[in-house]
Amino acid sequence: MAKSPEMEHPVKAFGWAARDTTGILSPFKFSRRATGEYDVQLKVLYCGICHSDLHNAKNDWGLTPYPVVPGHEISGVVTEVGNKVKKFKVGDKVGVGCVVESCRQCDQCNKDLENYCSKLVLTYAATYTDGTPTYGGYSDIMVVNEHFVLHWPENLPLGAGAPLLCAGITTYSPLRHYGLDKPGLHIGIVGLGGLGHVGVKFAKAFGSKVTVISTSINKKKEAIEKLGADAFLISRDEEEMRGAVGTFDGIIDTVSAVHSLSPLLSLLKPDGKLIVVGAPEKPLEVPIFPELITGRKMVAGSMIGGWKETQEMLDFAAKHNILPDVEIVSMDYVNTAMERLVKSDVKYRFVIDVGKTLKPQ
Amino acid sequence: MAGTENSQKSFGWAATDTSGLLFPFHFSRRENGSDDVTIKILYCGVCHSDLHSVKNEWGFTNYPIVPGHEIVGLVTKTGSDVKTFKVGDRVGVGVIVGSCKTCDICQQDLENYCPKVIFTYNSKDQDGTKTYGGYSDIIVVDQRFVLRIPDNLSSGACAPLLCAGITVYSPMKYYGMTEPGKHLGVAGLGGLGHVAVKFGKAFGLKVTVISTSPKKESEAINRLGADSFLVSSDPAQLKAAMGTMDFIIDTIAAVHPLAPLLGLLKMNGKLVTVGLPDKPLELPIFPLVLGRKLVGGSDIGGMKETQEMLDFCGKHNIIADIEMIRIDYINTAFERLAKSDVRYRFVIDVANTLASN
Repeated sequence: MAKSPEMEHPVKAFGWAARDTTGILSPFKFSRRATGEYDVQLKVLYCGICHSDLHNAKNDWGLTPYPVVPGHEISGVVTEVGNKVKKFKVGDKVGVGCVVESCRQCDQCNKDLENYCSKLVLTYAATYTDGTPTYGGYSDIMVVNEHFVLHWPENLPLGAGAPLLCAGITTYSPLRHYGLDKPGLHIGIVGLGGLGHVGVKFAKAFGSKVTVISTSINKKKEAIEKLGADAFLISRDEEEMRGAVGTFDGIIDTVSAVHSLSPLLSLLKPDGKLIVVGAPEKPLEVPIFPELITGRKMVAGSMIGGWKETQEMLDFAAKHNILPDVEIVSMDYVNTAMERLVKSDVKYRFVIDVGKTLKPQ
Repeated sequence: MAGTENSQKSFGWAATDTSGLLFPFHFSRRENGSDDVTIKILYCGVCHSDLHSVKNEWGFTNYPIVPGHEIVGLVTKTGSDVKTFKVGDRVGVGVIVGSCKTCDICQQDLENYCPKVIFTYNSKDQDGTKTYGGYSDIIVVDQRFVLRIPDNLSSGACAPLLCAGITVYSPMKYYGMTEPGKHLGVAGLGGLGHVAVKFGKAFGLKVTVISTSPKKESEAINRLGADSFLVSSDPAQLKAAMGTMDFIIDTIAAVHPLAPLLGLLKMNGKLVTVGLPDKPLELPIFPLVLGRKLVGGSDIGGMKETQEMLDFCGKHNIIADIEMIRIDYINTAFERLAKSDVRYRFVIDVANTLASN
């Protein structure tokens, strides 16, 4: 008979979990494994609320094994290390992102691309190598192999910095990989939410001219005055869109709803790149001819980043003072936060103050 | 009267309506200008784009239309500023005959992506007149858009390289499909596909042909040199090949699903589309995101690269597999092309069979 979540492992843990497709979270007792020789145990201080947490809590993608403890934008402090751990010691500030294990020996893992390993283990809603479910950062402690733990830069706030672990790397990685990090390029960011707003900050730090492409005119002032975007394009305004045709080197599309790629492709210069990082659940239409072909343009995907690159991204963010804009909330606000997230009513990421507000019942 | 704007008499075959049937047609070419080369056309390949155009399948045909953009011929006149060609030279003309020459894109030798590009047929030339293609006796072309044919390549079999050849060569270079030992899939085995197989082997790649027709397997492997053949309508074969290809060149012109092709790619794999379906295709985003895969397009190549491609073919003895036809067979050839009944390109023997009445 399968053990209950509380009895599965020797170390008691407590968090909030969703138990069905309503997605409503409530207190949940479970357990963590003992700190193995390569493991780091950490007290969770903050955890960002990623849109993926909402999708998973409601089983939008059909993959959720309930009960699910979401959360993969985690910052905390080390409380115990295994006897073979070299990189961390008790008291260190650390981060954990979307992946907690990979096979470590395939081509992708050997190239520091653990995020593309076919055997990757996600921080939550997945099955660990010992056969037990993984539970995420809406909880008091985590135990993670040191390979997947990140050093937290000294001057980076633990609360506001937490969303870098998913939203940050998800926009940083494609800007780098697809060569969209050179000064002087014109980069478009589609969608101004958790991913989009951090994407704007990274692209500006790389020296690009940045245009936010959005359906909401009321985001324009903030985008320009607060986030530092150079321009704002309303994607529903045909005349504005026509004026911008063929002016972008690259576009990062963060929109997860189904939408048309054709207008975005027409904004690209020849050899332009449209990178999709949002995950619509239905296929999108791509006009091969003329858009893709007559401009030698491409549509490509990207998913978070490898661990080496995630560390590089954190260090870059600390050096350039790139911080997500967050609204810190208490653990028991999480269901309201999820409702507001559905309506995009947040500027631009909720972060749960786990350390101070997660209390065992 | 259409076609009499210019002063060198010319004769060819043109389509005048969406039936796409071609008939003899008298028109004219411009006088040979200082930068121009006049070419007596020997051969012209029959590209699938010619068929799409004569039937106005893309909606922008301006009748009457003389198709043909895979042209090989002999220089008969050169303008006073022409230094690189002389009378008697064997030359080629491809898909484009003009561009602005001054924009950033042209400066990078990517005339094919210039917003003011002029196509060999069905385009408006610099002087406002219509361009007519290679199903005709002569053509007058700016020297920048004329190519040298390597001595060792036969004219007729070389003609299709001017569109089919560059159309697959260019993306193979641009998207990095030239690393020996990598695995290339070629989807569709027609004019473009069969040349892609030959280039793939010349680059040292393992090549798998992906096709819906099992009867093409023997030729693909024994004659074209492909390493393996995948019947894409067979789910078991598709499943066994999942995640095994570094790149795929998709030459299929009809609307078709991209999802199975994306599944064949390894992580970070690249799917490049060079066929021209007349409707958008469905693109599932999850496989792109989870595997950091890309779908890219490509459109012929610039003049410098087209010359490089021809020289590469000369060095590696790569020519197209053709069926030579008379000009008066063209309407039947188009019917057969619509059914993919050709191995793998028709080429019109213009010089010997196109006679003015």
